[in-house]
Amino acid sequence: MEKSLARYIWVHTRPQQLFILLIVALSMIPYYLAFDLPKQIVNGPIQGTGFEQPGNTQLFMPIAFDLPLFGHVELFAGLPLERMPSLLALSLTFLVLVIINGLFKYFINTYKGRLGERLLRRIRYELVDRILRFPPRYFKHIKAGEVSSMVKDEVEPLGGFTADAFVQPALLGGQALTALIFIFIQHFWLGFIAFAMAAIQVGIIPRMRRRLIELGRERQLTARQLAGRVAEIVDGIDTIHAYDTSNYERADIAARLGRIFKIRYDIYQWKFLVKFLNNFLAQLTPFLFYCIGGYLTIVGKLDVGQLVAVINAYKELPGPLKELIDWELVRQDVQVKYEQVVEQFEADEMIAPEIQAIDTESRAVLNHPLSTTNLLIDDDIGGRVLEHVTVKIAPGETVAIIGAAASGGDRLAEALARVVWPAGGKVTAGDDDLFTLPEAVTGRRISYVSPDAYFFHGSLKDNLLYGLKHAPIEPAAYKGPAADQRRWDVLEARRSGNPDFDLNGNWIDPSTLNANGTDGLFGAMMAVLDVVELSDDVLQLALHSSIAVNTNPDFTAQIVEMRHDLREELDRRDLNNLIVPFRDNEYNTEAPVAENLFFGMMPDPKASTKAIVKTPYFRNMMRESGLGEALFEMGKGIAESAVELFKDLPPDHPFFEQLTFMRADEIPTYQHLLQKLRHNAAPSEEDRIALIKLSFFYVEPRHRFGVLDEKLMRKIVEVRHQFHANLPAELQAHIERYNPNAYLTSGTLVDNIVFGKLNHRFSDAISKLREIGGELLAKRPELYHALMELGLESNIGAGGRRLNSLQRLKLGLARALIRRSDYYIFNRAFSGVDHHLQEHVVEAALAFIAKSGDNPAVVWVLSNTPLAKHFKRVLAFDGGSLVEDGTYDTIVESGTVYKQLIA
Amino acid sequence: MILNDEVQMLRRVPLFSGIDAGKLKLLAFASDRVSYREGQELFHQGDEGDAAYVVLSGVVDVYKEGPSGDEKIASTGSCSVVGEIAILCGTTRNATVKASTVVEALRIRKDCFLKVLSSCPRSMAETMRIMGERLATAH
Repeated sequence: MEKSLARYIWVHTRPQQLFILLIVALSMIPYYLAFDLPKQIVNGPIQGTGFEQPGNTQLFMPIAFDLPLFGHVELFAGLPLERMPSLLALSLTFLVLVIINGLFKYFINTYKGRLGERLLRRIRYELVDRILRFPPRYFKHIKAGEVSSMVKDEVEPLGGFTADAFVQPALLGGQALTALIFIFIQHFWLGFIAFAMAAIQVGIIPRMRRRLIELGRERQLTARQLAGRVAEIVDGIDTIHAYDTSNYERADIAARLGRIFKIRYDIYQWKFLVKFLNNFLAQLTPFLFYCIGGYLTIVGKLDVGQLVAVINAYKELPGPLKELIDWELVRQDVQVKYEQVVEQFEADEMIAPEIQAIDTESRAVLNHPLSTTNLLIDDDIGGRVLEHVTVKIAPGETVAIIGAAASGGDRLAEALARVVWPAGGKVTAGDDDLFTLPEAVTGRRISYVSPDAYFFHGSLKDNLLYGLKHAPIEPAAYKGPAADQRRWDVLEARRSGNPDFDLNGNWIDPSTLNANGTDGLFGAMMAVLDVVELSDDVLQLALHSSIAVNTNPDFTAQIVEMRHDLREELDRRDLNNLIVPFRDNEYNTEAPVAENLFFGMMPDPKASTKAIVKTPYFRNMMRESGLGEALFEMGKGIAESAVELFKDLPPDHPFFEQLTFMRADEIPTYQHLLQKLRHNAAPSEEDRIALIKLSFFYVEPRHRFGVLDEKLMRKIVEVRHQFHANLPAELQAHIERYNPNAYLTSGTLVDNIVFGKLNHRFSDAISKLREIGGELLAKRPELYHALMELGLESNIGAGGRRLNSLQRLKLGLARALIRRSDYYIFNRAFSGVDHHLQEHVVEAALAFIAKSGDNPAVVWVLSNTPLAKHFKRVLAFDGGSLVEDGTYDTIVESGTVYKQLIA
Repeated sequence: MILNDEVQMLRRVPLFSGIDAGKLKLLAFASDRVSYREGQELFHQGDEGDAAYVVLSGVVDVYKEGPSGDEKIASTGSCSVVGEIAILCGTTRNATVKASTVVEALRIRKDCFLKVLSSCPRSMAETMRIMGERLATAH
């Protein structure tokens, strides 16, 4: 990147800078005319010069001037006007000039702003482009937070400066010079004084401010490090919690903030000192004018008029001068910032842009075989981790790499996938050096899965298809305003040196899909999800999500049908006791009392219950129906049983886990309350609520205290109807009444399908329901399709953190399998998983790849050595060297590494 | 059946005969009431042992894997305990238990089971007696 900011700006905005300079120069004409006009108005129509006699006229706006060589030129003879019309005409002219000046200013400012924003966009893009082209090892030294803070915040002032880079000094310098010349013309020595003071100002102040800039740089550095640390805290939050180091982090952050504070305070002190000096110098000059000028006037060497004119002219000088100094400071400041940023983004061995050039054709061909010759790889501290490895991988081969951890096999895989760069030797595809091939070839024809696959924030589908998005294959179709917007986007992107690839276009070329005959993108996705056994997880994600009903009524209608199917099927299999359904006139024994009473789905049960029980509507109903009293008695019974059971247990006893409606430390409170009630004390409102609340959580078959009888159940159902009959409008958003024929938007899809409570007595209820649900879903392929689509749309969070680690491993594998490639390189891609599942998935993945028509090769670095039996060839590594290479049989039977690993 | 009835049943189990009524009620409360259909498995040989079962009603059959498939080795009914060996010894299930009729049972989680037993010396003695008996019959 260009080292000097001024040159960078000039190179990228030269025509615009020249244009804006021209416009500024042009704008000076109305500007000075507007200065001159008030004098004409005052002297002319107002004071009456030239209108001494009534009926006198003056010429309005004669345009005439003398040109050397050309003589007198008269463009407009002028309009003879009397005093009043003349006043009016001149005033209107003034108004017009004001408007013109305003418009000029508006135009110049927006133009400058746009210029700055474009340059900012260009710089930011260039920086991110550089990140994409850094050599891999560079990323081991930089902190993500610091880099992003540079791209985001630190370059921001550069945009603001761009516009003023050339215009400002020209403009202000011109103004200051004019004022100075004016003073010189009035009186040489006074002019000299003004000049000397200005020189001091211009000379000293920036020098003092240099310290400010240094401090500013320090501030920037510390702030950037702070950003880096904050990002680290976020990324490492689990470790911090696990090791109770949060206070260490607090100390670190506090120390950093202290340092930043100190720097900032220093900055303030200097800033105001400089300001003081600046003001003082500006005021010193008038003092000298009064003193020396006054003396000169008294001794008669200067007339009063000249002195006044000089002092007036001087008023015009400090303003531009000060701004000029400010400009110079800003310039130095942004130059420093720019240099710093550029320095950070400068790296040796930057990947050449051609290697990453976009290739929309996707006809790239990788030569065979993939091989290494005397490959050497060093780690970051200079240790050799791979020594002189020469190996050939031919198409169609399946190769297992075995060896102890860090024995070199994983490094070989990384080198084959172009993830690490060799310290010596070569990786070649056919005769081509792998590292000189465009990424459009290697990044498509080689699919690599690392042990810790990274996922981007977005949906599961986005991440699954991520490895296919190499280039926009066809542009999106835009119509109307969207098309205009797109044209504008393209134009602006080009103006700022950004690429205009359309993010909304289709980036997935179907020919790059490892579809294996299944139709389309969806088929391909389903196929790979099945291979890695992730389909069920995706389905579960869909089932546990909730949707707004109006987005897709067909879909929700199908969910309700599914609900009926499930009931029928359970009836048919005589399993209908697995679910206790919600029925209008029945008490649901598996649901707590509260749920039976409210009888509806709540978007946020805790908050909604709270909101409902607070209303007078609900309280009155409870009182009038007598249910309040009954539940109070019931709560008392529950409290008695619970206190009896638990009063002697220590609070950390594991049995308290079963006591869901009471905390261990509440036992004495209830004990006390019961004693009070036993002595016939009238319960306070609070006590009543506390006991009624207990009854709300009660589920008879679970708690089995025998406090809920048929009569009370009937009563609850009765009050349930009452509750819904006159439900006030403000509560309707909190609860959606159970209706067997309607989709309830407050619940998840699975809530809607089950539409009841699982009978907790049947421990296999969930698995049984899943099994039956799966069978039913198989009869409704459309619904299954829609559900899978929905599941694929689930957001997986930053870095895929909303998925569990097994799901992430599966997704990482699926993301590679869906790509059509010549080489699949799995680097401990599925380790840390139970062996049974591992074997299953490895087998399925190998079978899936073998079905692909391209005869691809597979290299799998195994952490589970016995899996090598699924591969034809085995490479055994030990201490960074390839020690054995042969068919599975030879390595297992005659090799030593395998035996050592198995032992 | 409410807690109190369950406590009556538990009292009839030899293993718990030495435990006072309050503790038994607590044990019953801390356990899950579970139901099994005919033929359904309570647990399978080789699984991790996470709970013991007290049969409240119905009959369960005990199977062991043999050379010619699963062989039924015993049958037991109400007030008997199954699955306690794996918990006490910390091993996997040494047999498969299936409901041969509709079965109601109390499922007692491992930690609850051990906690209650360890609080009562008589139960410990009873446990040792049962273990010895099982060992004797196993060989």
